[in-house]
Amino acid sequence: MNRYFWILGAFAALVALLAVGLGLNPRDVPSPLVGKPAPAFNLSVLATPDKTLGPKDMQGKVWLFNVWASWCVSCRAEHPVLVEFSKNANVPLIGLNYKEVRGDGNFDMSKIPADEEKKLAFQRAEQWLAQHGNPYTLTVMDIDGRVGIDYGVYGVPETYVIDKAGLIRMKHTGPISPDVLAQKIMPLLAELNK
Amino acid sequence: MKRRLLIALFIFGSFFGSTVAFADAATEAATAADPVAEKRLQKLSEELRCLVCQNQTIADSNAELAQDLRREVRTMIKDGKTDKEIVDFMVVRYGDFVLYRPPLKAITLLLWGGPVALMVLGLFILLRYLRRRTARINAEEHPLSADETSRADALLKEIESK
Repeated sequence: MNRYFWILGAFAALVALLAVGLGLNPRDVPSPLVGKPAPAFNLSVLATPDKTLGPKDMQGKVWLFNVWASWCVSCRAEHPVLVEFSKNANVPLIGLNYKEVRGDGNFDMSKIPADEEKKLAFQRAEQWLAQHGNPYTLTVMDIDGRVGIDYGVYGVPETYVIDKAGLIRMKHTGPISPDVLAQKIMPLLAELNK
Repeated sequence: MKRRLLIALFIFGSFFGSTVAFADAATEAATAADPVAEKRLQKLSEELRCLVCQNQTIADSNAELAQDLRREVRTMIKDGKTDKEIVDFMVVRYGDFVLYRPPLKAITLLLWGGPVALMVLGLFILLRYLRRRTARINAEEHPLSADETSRADALLKEIESK
């Protein structure tokens, strides 16, 4: 009797372990960038391509940095939440348009020259924001995805909270739900803005 | 019949899979002139996890991000970066998760030590079981010690002689 008790106990422990494991989100990889300075970049601004923007220009402000692309399906799901947020937000929301053309998968990149890709990227991004609403204070264009690599982007959309000193304080991978916004992001923004 | 179909499917699958992999390798080899650098790229790519497909290395994966990261590794090799510098570059951005061989840290202790601990536990249980089993078999085969047997024999003889 005692023996069956042990076997049953071990089995129950294994089931509990696996149940916890299954409940975790494998996409939720902890970012090593949290607590580190936001990686520098200098990218063209969507509405004014001759101007550039980088984290240095945001120094002294708490800001949100949201990675998006018109081909990204989850971004569309997230978009209304961002639009709603921007209506009464007191922090700038900067967009990073990530690989607008080459990320799409519908283009044969060997047939598109670099200047053509750039033109097309700006065009597509503008059009998408015109169609779905523009929650962004500004959007910068990461056409080849090089800045995305510096930010450890692997699943668009991704969102970073960056503080006044330019440190990344939070990273959220995947679309922001109203719950995530209300329970995680807003309290953090309020605290950082104190 | 069903089994034969399965085998055929398996052979077809592995053949098809290998030709695809071969074609991919061929196009990439064409872009790299230096075979030494290419070998390093291959070796490094096999150590790095593709974060999109998670259970593939960036050498195996054809995801966009894996292609970008291979390009990044290739550039760094060209720039004369050491393997360690390249791996550190990835870890700074994507964390330890990007490594297929997780480093030994407090948080990974169970991961590294777990299998050994389980094996030791298993051996312990096996040994204990074997020892008890031997004792039980001995007890069945020789229920009496030599001393007891001679005493029993003596008693039997005593009864017989009466």
